[in-house]
Amino acid sequence: MAKSEIRSPLPGVFYRRPSPEEKNYKEVGDDVKAGDVVGLVEVMKTYTEVKSEADGKLTAFLAEDEDAIMPGQVIAELES
Amino acid sequence: MGITKLLIANRGEIAVRIIRAAQEMGIRTVQVYSAADASSLAVEMADEAIEIGPPPASKSYLNIDAVLDAARQSGADGIHPGYGFLAENADFADAVEAAGIAFVGPTGDMIRAMGDKASARRAAQKAGVPTVPGSDGVIGDLSEAARIADEIGYPVMIKATAGGGGRGIRVAENARDFANLAPQAAAEAKSAFGDGGLYLEKLIARARHIEVQILGDGTNFVHCYERECSLQRRRQKVWEEAPSMALSDRLRADLCKSAVALAQAVGYRGAGTVEYLFDDETGAFYFIEMNTRIQVEHPVTESVTGLDLLTEMIAIAGSAPLSVGQDDIQLRGHAIEVRINAEDPANNFAPFPGIVDNFRAPGGPGVRFDHMLYDGYQIPPFYDSLLGKLIVTAHDRPAAITRLKRAVGELRTGALKTTAPLFLALAEDADVQAGNYHTKWLEPWLAEHAGTFSDEEGT
Repeated sequence: MAKSEIRSPLPGVFYRRPSPEEKNYKEVGDDVKAGDVVGLVEVMKTYTEVKSEADGKLTAFLAEDEDAIMPGQVIAELES
Repeated sequence: MGITKLLIANRGEIAVRIIRAAQEMGIRTVQVYSAADASSLAVEMADEAIEIGPPPASKSYLNIDAVLDAARQSGADGIHPGYGFLAENADFADAVEAAGIAFVGPTGDMIRAMGDKASARRAAQKAGVPTVPGSDGVIGDLSEAARIADEIGYPVMIKATAGGGGRGIRVAENARDFANLAPQAAAEAKSAFGDGGLYLEKLIARARHIEVQILGDGTNFVHCYERECSLQRRRQKVWEEAPSMALSDRLRADLCKSAVALAQAVGYRGAGTVEYLFDDETGAFYFIEMNTRIQVEHPVTESVTGLDLLTEMIAIAGSAPLSVGQDDIQLRGHAIEVRINAEDPANNFAPFPGIVDNFRAPGGPGVRFDHMLYDGYQIPPFYDSLLGKLIVTAHDRPAAITRLKRAVGELRTGALKTTAPLFLALAEDADVQAGNYHTKWLEPWLAEHAGTFSDEEGT
């Protein structure tokens, strides 16, 4: 089992869902494909998607919804 | 009872502006801030500063309880909300007043009345202010709707009552279009919003955005002339002027009079802005909405009238009467404001939360720079990208444009990208120089000129 990490390329506020009325993009235990969106980062009122670069199973979120994050910070972990 | 200690429930350049006004009035200042703003200029300048929460605005600047706790803790007897955040939150205004603190703005009920599109439109109509022709409220069956659309005149916008922010809008160019689109719009509104209610509004295709600054103390009401804010990107103003070059003296008088009529009809208290669409071709103006707060672009009005809108609104909140009558307010010269944002115009205006270095502020005659910058300042990524506003004033518009180029050219922010190069390019454009534009002018212009904005400072 190889472990990989999904990092935010940008600083800002992390969100796990596309909007407050919608469901989370992914939950722990979900299968993830490379290119799948796992969250959003809001930088100065602009939203950028955070995508997985690998296939695998999501094992943990290291950032909570609405957390302030730094560039390069690990958002989630995968096992493949 | 005047305010003696003012809490600023905002951040950035407007917090700095409010602190300056308070200082000139001999009022002590309390700056609330998020953990991301501990090193901000406003925190540095205020007499006291209180941290109210983590960086996301929802947990700090929008946290009503945290702001009120800071007010109690510091003994503030007034709160200025600035713009954005809680500025037009009626419940906040009510909670502030209930705590025995003066809210620098109108009452919660007034904010509610103007914040609701339908009730604001009714208030405007009652005051004799022209509104965009449309159906009065929700339309009934589709044959009745078609008759109303004919009366309004095409093109007509079909809007979902439950929509908003541009969602659920269709444009019918003629009666045949309307017959096709109206049933679709009703079905879509029903499935998207759970409410199939539709209303109609005339589409003004090439309109200017012109707004009138008003002041009221609940008894007396004045206008401070208009601002022309038609240069917009994604519905955000980027360049504002006063006065508007599109208005004759007679139209200007009519427009400003209508704004005062609305302020008077609702018994307005504080500084407010009545926004209009203006149709160049017909000379008609239509009420869009009223903003019950100080606006970003207030300095252009200050520059051509000599008024201080901030000290005026703080005094009114402290129960003072208006310090000026209508006859005291005269237009003099021409002012232009451009918004210096932390965005890279060469990269599709991507946010640029960088560090300011080798900072140099523009100066000299007729130049005002309201900003939050200093050397070494790290722009936080959590809030909007506005860093400051560069305002130039001269005896007429061509001289103001010349001065704008000179002043923008003086700004230095080092490696921090800003929107400054955009304004150098706009100032050279023939349509901009002629004042010949409307609210949909800038975006195609940007698409055409993408990649031409210089990265080099001072070129």
